Amino acid sequence: MNHQVLAPAGPLSSEIAQLFWVFVAVAAVVYLLVIGFLVAALRRRNEASMRTALRTVSVAVAITSVILLGLGLSDFFAGRALAATPHDPLRVRVTAHQWWWEIEYSDAQPARRVRTANELRIPTQRPIELELTADDVIHSFWVPSLQGKKDLLPGYTTRLDLIASRAGVYEGQCAEFCGFQHAHMSIDVIALEPQAFTAWYDAQLSAAAEPQNPVAAHGRDVFLGSTCVMCHNIQGTDASAVAGPDLTHIASRRRLAAGTVPNNPANLAAWIRDPQALKPGTHMPATQLAGDDLAALAAYLSELR
Amino acid sequence: MCLRFPELAAVLLAMTGVAGCEREQRRFSEPSGDALTITTPLTDIEAGGQAQPAVAKSPYDENAFAISEGQRLFEWFNCSGCHAHGGGALGPALMDDVWIYGSEPDQIYSTIVQGRPNGMPAFGARIPRQQVWQLVAFVRSLSGGLRKDVEPGRTDSMQMRPAPSQTQDNP
Amino acid sequence: MSPLEQTWADKPGILGWLSTVDHKRIGLRFVVTTLVFFALAGQLAAVMRLQLARADNHLVGPDLYNQLFSVHGTAMMFLFAVPVMEAVALYLIPLMVGTRNVAFPRLNAYGYWLFLFGGVMLFVVFALNIGPEAGWFNYVPLSGPEFSAGKRSDFWAQLITFTEISALIGAIQIITTAFKMRAPGMTLARMPLFVWAMVVTSFMIVFAMPSVMLASTFLITDRLVSTQFYNPAEGGDVLLWQHLFWFFGHPEVYIIFVPALGMISEILPTFARRRVVGYVAMVVALVTIAFLSFGLWVHHMFTTGLPPLGMSFFTAASIMIALPTGLQIFCWIATLATGKRVQFAAPLLFVIGFFFIFIIGGLTGVMLGATTLDSQLHDSYFVVAHLHYVLIGGAVFPLFGGFYYWFPKLTGRMLSERAGRWNFWLFFVGFNVAFFPMHILGLQGMPRRVYTYSAASGWENLNLLSTLGAFTIAVSMLVFLVNVVMSLRRAGRAPHNPWNAATLEWATSSPPPAYNFATIPVVNSRTPLWEQKFPMAEVTGLPDILPTVLVTRLHDAEPDHVAILPTPSLWPFLAAIATTVMFVGSVFTPWAVVWGAVPVGITLIGWFWPDKEEAARMLSIEVKPSEGEARVVALREALS
Repeated sequence: MNHQVLAPAGPLSSEIAQLFWVFVAVAAVVYLLVIGFLVAALRRRNEASMRTALRTVSVAVAITSVILLGLGLSDFFAGRALAATPHDPLRVRVTAHQWWWEIEYSDAQPARRVRTANELRIPTQRPIELELTADDVIHSFWVPSLQGKKDLLPGYTTRLDLIASRAGVYEGQCAEFCGFQHAHMSIDVIALEPQAFTAWYDAQLSAAAEPQNPVAAHGRDVFLGSTCVMCHNIQGTDASAVAGPDLTHIASRRRLAAGTVPNNPANLAAWIRDPQALKPGTHMPATQLAGDDLAALAAYLSELR
Repeated sequence: MCLRFPELAAVLLAMTGVAGCEREQRRFSEPSGDALTITTPLTDIEAGGQAQPAVAKSPYDENAFAISEGQRLFEWFNCSGCHAHGGGALGPALMDDVWIYGSEPDQIYSTIVQGRPNGMPAFGARIPRQQVWQLVAFVRSLSGGLRKDVEPGRTDSMQMRPAPSQTQDNP
Repeated sequence: MSPLEQTWADKPGILGWLSTVDHKRIGLRFVVTTLVFFALAGQLAAVMRLQLARADNHLVGPDLYNQLFSVHGTAMMFLFAVPVMEAVALYLIPLMVGTRNVAFPRLNAYGYWLFLFGGVMLFVVFALNIGPEAGWFNYVPLSGPEFSAGKRSDFWAQLITFTEISALIGAIQIITTAFKMRAPGMTLARMPLFVWAMVVTSFMIVFAMPSVMLASTFLITDRLVSTQFYNPAEGGDVLLWQHLFWFFGHPEVYIIFVPALGMISEILPTFARRRVVGYVAMVVALVTIAFLSFGLWVHHMFTTGLPPLGMSFFTAASIMIALPTGLQIFCWIATLATGKRVQFAAPLLFVIGFFFIFIIGGLTGVMLGATTLDSQLHDSYFVVAHLHYVLIGGAVFPLFGGFYYWFPKLTGRMLSERAGRWNFWLFFVGFNVAFFPMHILGLQGMPRRVYTYSAASGWENLNLLSTLGAFTIAVSMLVFLVNVVMSLRRAGRAPHNPWNAATLEWATSSPPPAYNFATIPVVNSRTPLWEQKFPMAEVTGLPDILPTVLVTRLHDAEPDHVAILPTPSLWPFLAAIATTVMFVGSVFTPWAVVWGAVPVGITLIGWFWPDKEEAARMLSIEVKPSEGEARVVALREALS
């Protein structure tokens, strides 16, 4: 499982996990002590003296105060450590929609900004600063292996830092109830070694791959001629709507429909034919296409790495 | 302003839950069926005999969810680009009671699907049938003619028109 | 029938049932109504657990699931948890403080009927597919006009209106009765801890409810008449909802919890067979909890990007509130330790269950109160686990202890001890099996309010285990129901004080007569039935041709004057109907508030319209000032 709070894959989530174990240890001791006293009080045969009882209560209150103070301070200092401003972060803007994640990598040059959806690839060992906002309702970005969560609110921009220590795939889910398909709004954070990340980034900057065969070419015609262009864009074609996810490099993603199904041609065709069967309530409607048109479309999209 | 009798009746009906059943349905996918045969008359001037009656009812005139979807699609598909938010700009206003090609559901449907002279594109190949009907219901709600409990309230954006549920009826 | 019986009797038949203002009849039906809502909301949870038992399950789609968890939460919080505590209090407090009824009997009836109609409305609209669907806290913008089509969110907001008013009415009754109608000699320092807990709770209700009233009203107006409170594009703010809601929402959970603390403080000393250790500390702890609970609300908003320094204050307060709670727990353990040999029975079992379960919930609460940890745990199943541990462990277990404890007083029968143990153990084991795995699920990344999850997530096994636990809880509730039904049929009346308890309600018969006490007792101890000799000193001279009660002074319960309470009336019931029509109508049109106020006004006029015969009786017992002085002089001479 790559989405566990207690299996941290970065320094930020490690800090939180360590603090959690401290709290759990203290809680376990406190619980056993209190229950121990309770059981002893229930089972004892002779009355305890009032003096002993009052003294025990006073000591217990004092110890409780000290413990609570200690826990509070440890949380405060952990929070300060986590809130430290990162040096030279990679900035990414994440906009949450019902029920997908719009991701745009910031760059001083507009031509070097990558726009993608539902999958956030990051270099290892480098702090990532996410700027978070929402387009419609409140959502929450949560990748447990890497960090705590942060809400995305319409009308606000919030911030979240991520750091992955090692390469890997880290899954997360929207953690604020946002409507019908809140359950199917996953995000994949894929950490790559720095060179692999740069290679991926440069590939993402390029326009969509040209179709390699007549079927795929027909698929592109189908795409441009039907309902898809009302919501989606593919760089290098005339399709430039931004209501839905960017499909320029759709085939390079691990999962489809914000983590609803793994990304392969069969799932892609099934998704296009009837999204409501996989994700009822999603904003993408069923597309009425003849069988071979659908196959061609899926073939075209599967080549867009 | 007093509650007129039809509105009062609508309120009472809605309260009994009878109307509530349809209003609250959330139908995510409708069966597709055949494409609507466009036989909708655009005017009532006919050569020869009786004009053909309308062939399709709006499936969504009483469905609040569908109308709210229509509201979303109106912005997503950039209808506002020509019609503004109902007040009209390049294209005619949709909030008033002037309908060049008719205000019946099937008439609006065919307008969207076929396109019209002087700039209304033909969206038939671009927008699936169910979504066209959602847009039809929303457009009809803009002039305040649908039942008040079904019409949408205000949007969560800059207020550029009154909410349909607070619009006087301009049939 | 004695004159006292006649004066306090209800009319016969259905008219008597609808027009009663007897706090015991209203309290009992109030408790039963909340338990019906508890059962209904529990069944919704059972359906949810069935859906979540398997990955990618198709038992229930997203639309219905959203309504299920929203109605479950809304019903449990607004129709069960708070009202049941108030209902028990409305039954017990007049008995515990030695008076004959609550301070405003007709208002009490109105508060019950309004609650009933609001609750029925919620389940009726749910059955009609208009159930709330955005969670029990209904965040905007999801619940706002753009993203929640139809009337679902409006009905949620109106349910709040019904239950707020009902809760405020209960709070007013409790405060006034406890402050002004205590038996002579029952100073504040001799008031039972349950009464203290309910007074503290009632003050919390008075201060917290207006906040949610404001929030829900703003939502209603945003949706109905296009105000912009929650619209960021026009100067509103989505976080405004969260602040207003949670300013109420956090005290709300303490409103549920503090009465249970009061119940434990009544039950536990009886079975420890000594009075509670540290009475003053316990009272101070209750008041501290109430104050602190108003300073915690932002801990529900730790992930919204508020300034970290500000949030640290709320972490500090959230952690601090563990201290007075812990103090109460320590004092109870000290009570058990210093009493005679503990007597075990079903009520005490449930109280022991509280310790085992609630303390876990309290400790996970401290974790959630820490901003850093909360960033991982918030909105995950860890929170679902925590909230059920504190609500069920902290409130429902003591409540069930209270049911077993006070059942003989309310009904005149004892509940079966054997069935009680089955009830307890099935509930205790089922609860832990259902909810402990949820801590782990949260740590494994499972968010709240998801209608399904994939097999690849690895969450299936623990979800299945949790479902098995949930059904065990259902079985335990069935055992409770069977226990109640069978016990009511059993012959053999319960004695007036089967547990040999110390407080005044046990001095009456089981169940008490309509007038509670034949004569108002005079109290000179915190534990009157343990320390005072029978027959107790009593108050004489209260007229019995009208329902009269003795009003006493706040801090030392010195007699002040005689108050005449209203007689039974159908008008509160009719007023509740009129109010309901007005509220339900205002879901659809703002004019309902205007036109609906007319019938409400008419019923209120009927409510207060004086009765000729009663007025004549009032005149006949009036004492002119000069006459009164003469009587006092004569009494003094007689006593000296």
